[in-house]
Amino acid sequence: MAEETKQAPPPARPPIWNDPVYRALFFQVLVLGGVILGGAYLVNNTLANLERQGIASGFGFLERTAGFSISMTLIEYSEEMSYGRAFFVSLVNTVLVSLVGIVLATILGFIVGIARLSSNWLLARMAAVYIEVLRNIPLLLQIFFWYFAVLRNLPSPRQSVEVFDSFFLNKRGLFSPAPVFEPGFWLIPTAFAVGVVAVIFLARWARKRRDATGQPFHTVYVSLGVLIALPFLAAIVTGFPMTWEYPVLKGFNFKGGSELIPEFVALVFALALYTATFIAEIVRAGIMAVSHGQTEASYALGLRPGPTLRLVVIPQALRVIIPPLTSQYLNLTKNSSLAAAIAYPDVVLVFAGTALMQTGQAVEIIAITMAVYLTISLLISAFMNWYNEKMALVER
Amino acid sequence: MADMQQAYEPGTHPDLPPPRSTVGVVGWLRQNLFSSPFNWAMTFFSIYVVYIIVPPILSWTLIDADWVGKTRDDCSRVGACWVFIGVWFKQLMYGRYPDTELWRINLAYVILGVSLTALLVPRFPWKHWVGVFLLFVFPIIAFYLFVGDAFGLPLVETPLWGGLFLTLVIAIVGIVASLPIGIVLALGRRSSMPVVRAICVCFIELWRGVPLITVLFMSSVMFPLFMPEGVNFDKLVRALVGVMLFSSAYMAEVVRGGLQAIPKGQYEGAQALGLSYWKMMALIIMPQALKLVIPGIVNTFIGLFKDTTLVLIIGLFDFLGMAQLSATNQNWLGFAVEGYVFVAFGFWIFCFSMSRYSQHLEKKLHTGH
Repeated sequence: MAEETKQAPPPARPPIWNDPVYRALFFQVLVLGGVILGGAYLVNNTLANLERQGIASGFGFLERTAGFSISMTLIEYSEEMSYGRAFFVSLVNTVLVSLVGIVLATILGFIVGIARLSSNWLLARMAAVYIEVLRNIPLLLQIFFWYFAVLRNLPSPRQSVEVFDSFFLNKRGLFSPAPVFEPGFWLIPTAFAVGVVAVIFLARWARKRRDATGQPFHTVYVSLGVLIALPFLAAIVTGFPMTWEYPVLKGFNFKGGSELIPEFVALVFALALYTATFIAEIVRAGIMAVSHGQTEASYALGLRPGPTLRLVVIPQALRVIIPPLTSQYLNLTKNSSLAAAIAYPDVVLVFAGTALMQTGQAVEIIAITMAVYLTISLLISAFMNWYNEKMALVER
Repeated sequence: MADMQQAYEPGTHPDLPPPRSTVGVVGWLRQNLFSSPFNWAMTFFSIYVVYIIVPPILSWTLIDADWVGKTRDDCSRVGACWVFIGVWFKQLMYGRYPDTELWRINLAYVILGVSLTALLVPRFPWKHWVGVFLLFVFPIIAFYLFVGDAFGLPLVETPLWGGLFLTLVIAIVGIVASLPIGIVLALGRRSSMPVVRAICVCFIELWRGVPLITVLFMSSVMFPLFMPEGVNFDKLVRALVGVMLFSSAYMAEVVRGGLQAIPKGQYEGAQALGLSYWKMMALIIMPQALKLVIPGIVNTFIGLFKDTTLVLIIGLFDFLGMAQLSATNQNWLGFAVEGYVFVAFGFWIFCFSMSRYSQHLEKKLHTGH
């Protein structure tokens, strides 16, 4: 049968208001227009309000003299210095408290997370109670507790709590020995840097040799040896050019050594204890995510428990742990802004508090403060994404 | 013995009892506490830690504590003085809300409690109606009950609100208002229109990248600048706007997780049936996605509930703020710890039960796709 195949007529184009392409365009223009209009309205109002209240605008105030003191400064600062300088001082304080908090929370979190998986019933229970209690109590309350209830009630400097005669804890803060560097000290960090470079080359060489011949090399032990031995040698050569300055009780307070203000101690304590509960749960979930078959297969291949843990279990667990761990680090950094509640001089207190009060330039100051946290967030997540990519499964 | 020599056919011998050391209390102890030298050490360490921590806490909070009295002279100061909580209980719960009007708050609590219980009981029939009531009718009732100035109820200004009541208001308004905004943002983030997607991504990442405290500062300091001259918002409303913006970004991410978990076939099936985008979302995708993310929503709520304590930094007296304020009263200096412990206990009860409920939901809803 000869049949003429009928060519289907090309689909009629829908009317323009039903065409998905034009529709999408229309909606996008609508949304964009709405956002721009809304933004313009807010900006317009703000400018009018600022003019009416006689508030200057622009970032010129950063050059002006700040005129207030800051209770904890890691870089040089005095009242005559500018708002810009005060900003950097407070930024350093924020970064310091976040870094110390992250390190402590990670250590504690891993310990508690592993303890929660322990076969020891009592230990696992204790870890569970710690996690369930602390993570269900608001962080601000915990900061208040450590600051107002614990540190304020510590004894005065004369009756400090002493540890090894060198650390003193009292209501004025935590006093510890400070290192004093003598001439010639530069050789030790230099030796350490040389050691780091050497270790990198060593690791490359060991890897190449393993790939070529299959012979393992104790990279970790040798690297540790190099990293410790080189600075130690340098120290012997230069005759130990570092001494410790101990805090000494003079009058009503300690002099010398390094001092951590009580606000810092309370903040770090609360941040670390609170975030550790979340990290512990992440670690537990990560370890449990590695199926037992992996361990058994590794044993079947003849690997001993140590290498099994190091080469099979931990790399796979880390892959599960790292993404949520990143967001906990971000949370800790953002939570460090609660410092404002106990007057630890971080960005929020110094800048969004004191400087805002003095200059009245709310828009610029809040924008800078938010930009700081946004930048830190983006930096940490960029770093963690890079690390995550490195650790990610390489599939065939 | 005769029994021992009894001959069994192959395969008919009764099972021997397990070895003594693996059953009963001794066996449990052996397996769980003393299985190896390391375990011995861990057990003793744990017992030591418990010994250091638990008895002092027990004696402070319960045994040595003072329970009855009216003034600080009734406190022996050996243990906790719960008289402090008793004296300030009304402020901790309701702030400075007028005594004669407290029934309004309690009535709202009762309505909320009854309808929530109806929602939580699995076999209750008219769940949909209760849900609609809670989402659309209850807020209106609660608003008029709390604020007043209508239906013959006298006006109660928001500066008088406080305590646990204020905490609940902020947390519940924040979460309820952020749900629709979050859904819209999540849809926008997964939209195929680049401009819409970019705007939504920027909005979400901006609020997720900054701490709540800066958002609250912004809403309390900058909000008045944004508004035209003469328009002035109450401090509580400003805080609520900040909390809403902040939590809607987190909610958007939770909802997005649900949207991503819906298999592609569901979208394609809906489109094959000829449903438009909004019909597809409202009838096919959202009901499934929202069911999946209920535990996530509860977790967001827990986070928000704990974060509401931050409003005390911008001068609102929530549960914690009230405790802080009572402890600075001239007659009651030095009772901060009791206040903190009480507030911590209150938050803990709420958060712990909610997290248990969300875990239960996660197990129940884990039907697997």
